[in-house]
Amino acid sequence: MATLTSEPAATTAAARRRWPRFDLLGRRSRAPWWFLLPGLTLYAFVVLIPSARGIALAFTDWNGINPTYSYVGFDNFSKLWETDLVREALVRTVVIAVAITIVQNAIGLLLALGVNSQIKSRNVLRVLLFAPAVLTPVVTAYLWRNLLAPTGAVNALLDLVGLDRFEHAWLGDSRYATWSIVFIVVWQYAGYSMVIFLAGLQSISQDIYEAAEVDGASRIRRFWYVERPLLAPAITINLMLSIIGGIKLFDQIYATTGGGPANSTQNLSALIYRYAFNSGQFSFAIAMSVVLTVLVAVLAFGQFAFLRRAERNAS
Amino acid sequence: MKRYTGRTLVLELVMIATAVVIAFPIYVLVNLSLRDKRSGQSILSPTTDPTFDNYRTAWRDAGLGSALLNSTIVTVVSVLVIVVVSSMAAYVLARVTRAWSRIAFVVVMIGLLLPFQLALLPLYSTMRDLDLLGSIWSLILFYSGLQVPFATFLYVGFLRALPTDYEEAAMLDGCSPLRAFTSVVFPLLRPITGTVVILNAVFVWNDFFTPLLYLSGTDTSTMPLAVSTFVAQYLSNYNVVFAGLLIGMLPVLIVYFLMQRSIIKGFSGGLKA
Repeated sequence: MATLTSEPAATTAAARRRWPRFDLLGRRSRAPWWFLLPGLTLYAFVVLIPSARGIALAFTDWNGINPTYSYVGFDNFSKLWETDLVREALVRTVVIAVAITIVQNAIGLLLALGVNSQIKSRNVLRVLLFAPAVLTPVVTAYLWRNLLAPTGAVNALLDLVGLDRFEHAWLGDSRYATWSIVFIVVWQYAGYSMVIFLAGLQSISQDIYEAAEVDGASRIRRFWYVERPLLAPAITINLMLSIIGGIKLFDQIYATTGGGPANSTQNLSALIYRYAFNSGQFSFAIAMSVVLTVLVAVLAFGQFAFLRRAERNAS
Repeated sequence: MKRYTGRTLVLELVMIATAVVIAFPIYVLVNLSLRDKRSGQSILSPTTDPTFDNYRTAWRDAGLGSALLNSTIVTVVSVLVIVVVSSMAAYVLARVTRAWSRIAFVVVMIGLLLPFQLALLPLYSTMRDLDLLGSIWSLILFYSGLQVPFATFLYVGFLRALPTDYEEAAMLDGCSPLRAFTSVVFPLLRPITGTVVILNAVFVWNDFFTPLLYLSGTDTSTMPLAVSTFVAQYLSNYNVVFAGLLIGMLPVLIVYFLMQRSIIKGFSGGLKA
């Protein structure tokens, strides 16, 4: 009896080993689960666990060095709200991100439309205009710090063309410093937006253009009724990239103004660095990172939901 | 098709003028880096007596040689790890439709939203406890984990659109799952691997915040950090600073102009929805 019952069981086990199992959709699941382990372990160790710890540490008074700390509830967060510097930086973070998003994409789109034409230099221009986007942001920011200095090349150029009344200490004057930083970022990444818009434009079939031409559509109508709806995915990606990049902006501020003059260019990332590593208020800085996380999530999700709806309405 | 009209010519001139304006900083950079500090020439006029002394000073004093080597090691190793672990993980997430796999996918995608500052500060103390501060291994470890969500996201998207016929044939021929992955699936992932490599290499090479935190104040440096330290040192002599900045840009620019076609494709390809 024992042999009779065990034998079929053994064969099914052998069969199971030989033949891959089927999953819910009836497809063979040939990917072994342990393929997940290396990636998941690294991700958990570097991102997931530290982020969770970060959220917990935001409710403590840890200074980053002592092994002991105590929970202080929402103290860090109420202190964030009461600190003028932080409140101003929060507003400035959003202003910078929105400004970069609008200007960079407007210029990127114009460049893409210009390059996606019959002009002979289009291939060379595409390569040249995208080039700044691969450069190291902190290095280009140091370059711009010198160019925008009172005796720098930008003022020299303004002088040369007779616009000397527009000369400023671009980064040393709190009225212009934030906008100068926005300008630096746009200079570097307008070509990036262009390349993504261009990919979108080139996926539009030539037939549609010809149909529009036969119907006698003007250039502006052609853009609004033909290119704009079909560009929707490229617009979504571009806006997401620039808004998230704009919120997290750090290198350019660190290299050009360090948050000055008179804290007029501090954003959340710059303050996080300053509080954590210059004034040793580690848990306060971590609480600020939590605020930054929420900000990224809210703006990214909000924008994404809005754009998806617009995409659906357009198609 | 369409002809080259007068309006096209106007557009051509406008676009070239724009490109000149955008390239203006690079002209100034090269121009001033070739000039002695005491030269009385105006900033904008082309340097008449070019010298390479600034480059010699910059190369000697900024430790750019070892920074270049460190950046190369960090970039190559990190990108290699990211490609291997993410493609493997994505293979499971794209092919297995069981509940645990779908949950794992959501957990990995959460990582796309978390700004790295949130993880960076708590991880700082972990790196200190592991005695990795001041070592390039802290960077390699960090990037390898940080970029898993994004790379996995790209791979999963690509794999879902990839027919399963080849791998099934390989399995029926008696291939082990590992073998089927390495010799059948992975080669088919080539286009998206190109995108993953390019986007991550540019990100890792250019990242400044992480080395600023984990390497600051030590002898070890990457290219962006070395340039930053160097600039602080030579604040007043911007001819030498410019030579240093240009040396810092050169490796990226050389690679970019050699591989511009695939790099631009990488940036636009993987991001296409």
